[in-house]
Amino acid sequence: MKLDDVPQDKSRSFEGQKKRIYARNADGEYTSALSSGWEAEDIVLDQAIEEYNRFRREARQRVQQGLASPLEYHMYAHRMDVTVLAQATGFFRWQVRRHLKPAVFKRLTPRKMQRHEEAFHMTAEQLRTLPPEDKSQND
Amino acid sequence: MTDFNHQQTAHCESGAVAALLRHNGLDLSEPMIFGLSSALTYAYIPLVKMGGMPLLAYRMPPGRIIRGLSKRLSIRFHFERFRGPKDGTVALDKYLEKGFPVGLQASVYWLPYFPENMRFHFNAHNLVVYGKDADDYLISDPTFEQPVRADVASLQQARFAKGMLAPKGLTYYPETIIQTPDLTAAIPEAIRSTVNMMLRTPLPFIGVRGIRHVARHIEKLSPANEHYNKLLIGHMVRMQEEIGTGGAGFRFLFASFLQESAHLLSHEGLAQAADQFTDAGDEWRRFALYAAKMLKGRSALDYGKLATQLRNVADIEQQGYRQLLELKLR
Repeated sequence: MKLDDVPQDKSRSFEGQKKRIYARNADGEYTSALSSGWEAEDIVLDQAIEEYNRFRREARQRVQQGLASPLEYHMYAHRMDVTVLAQATGFFRWQVRRHLKPAVFKRLTPRKMQRHEEAFHMTAEQLRTLPPEDKSQND
Repeated sequence: MTDFNHQQTAHCESGAVAALLRHNGLDLSEPMIFGLSSALTYAYIPLVKMGGMPLLAYRMPPGRIIRGLSKRLSIRFHFERFRGPKDGTVALDKYLEKGFPVGLQASVYWLPYFPENMRFHFNAHNLVVYGKDADDYLISDPTFEQPVRADVASLQQARFAKGMLAPKGLTYYPETIIQTPDLTAAIPEAIRSTVNMMLRTPLPFIGVRGIRHVARHIEKLSPANEHYNKLLIGHMVRMQEEIGTGGAGFRFLFASFLQESAHLLSHEGLAQAADQFTDAGDEWRRFALYAAKMLKGRSALDYGKLATQLRNVADIEQQGYRQLLELKLR
């Protein structure tokens, strides 16, 4: 890549930050330059974020319909899945899957609840409630 | 307070190591550190899943740059992990009181200064802490333009995140520094190690064979699973470009290392190899561009075209490694 070709597509996701890219100057010598983003990168990042947002929206609906516990919403809102949450809490995946059921989650012992509190950095009260919809969060 | 010279780099681990060495009087460029530690690779491991996607790596696993460089230049690093978050914070504060900046491993997700869209559960980010101001740590994060801050609670959460590659509070700093390391001996060893891995690893999903393996895999994707296929292709591009690779999955960084080595060893062949890997990097970028256009619907989703482009990349890289082999360095 030539220095002139270092993309400056002003990615929104960078929030004004720039990243360092290696490229060659007119003499063919390597140097580095700051890039404000590349559209190709933006497209794949948006795709990944939208996938998490979709899970979050679907989880909200399932919680409202009484099909899932609020834990499912918080899990996806924190860009986790069952595997990541199991690793973060030390539960088995089948245990986490059970905790996603409203009836099971309601009866969770304080000790088990505490492991979720630590993983999310949230109180039990917050974990048991579904936060109000927030358009900016793409809910 | 400790004065710390913050410099932004492309990649976090090579950047953190470069910053710590520079602070201790040894100035090596980021590409030199990356190349000397033989960190370049290609690996596709479908058995290990991250967020439902197969593990795909353009560089060796986290920790390799520190250990690789340490071995190659005989620089001893001190590593410390902790049983509990409190112990880790106490130890960090002690180093800072003594005026020692230290490198830390941390989860990207819990670092408050990361832009919202960049926060994922990736536990192997590297940064340098060089001071404390009231409830804030002063941080030189190699992937940011300016020094940043994080509050005590957030940094502790980030250092003790659990899961894959859990940092367990990992803290490190160089113990012994050789002020004038013998690069002329280290460079050929490092290059040979990278070439061996890329050409001779006896596993079909590592190295140049790995790139061709993925090309075959993409070609055979069933059009019925379009949603998953698109996520997979997007994932490939993200791993290649987004994760602080300096562009093209570290290929430009590697080419820059070869060019710097060509000057140091006065070796024209290395300069030609640098050109070859610049070409490889450009073709990786072209792959990313094709993929992004297809994902956005600006061109038709064509698995065959992506596979052909990957094979093109594999051919160029293979030629590059063979070129390096024929130089008979040392």
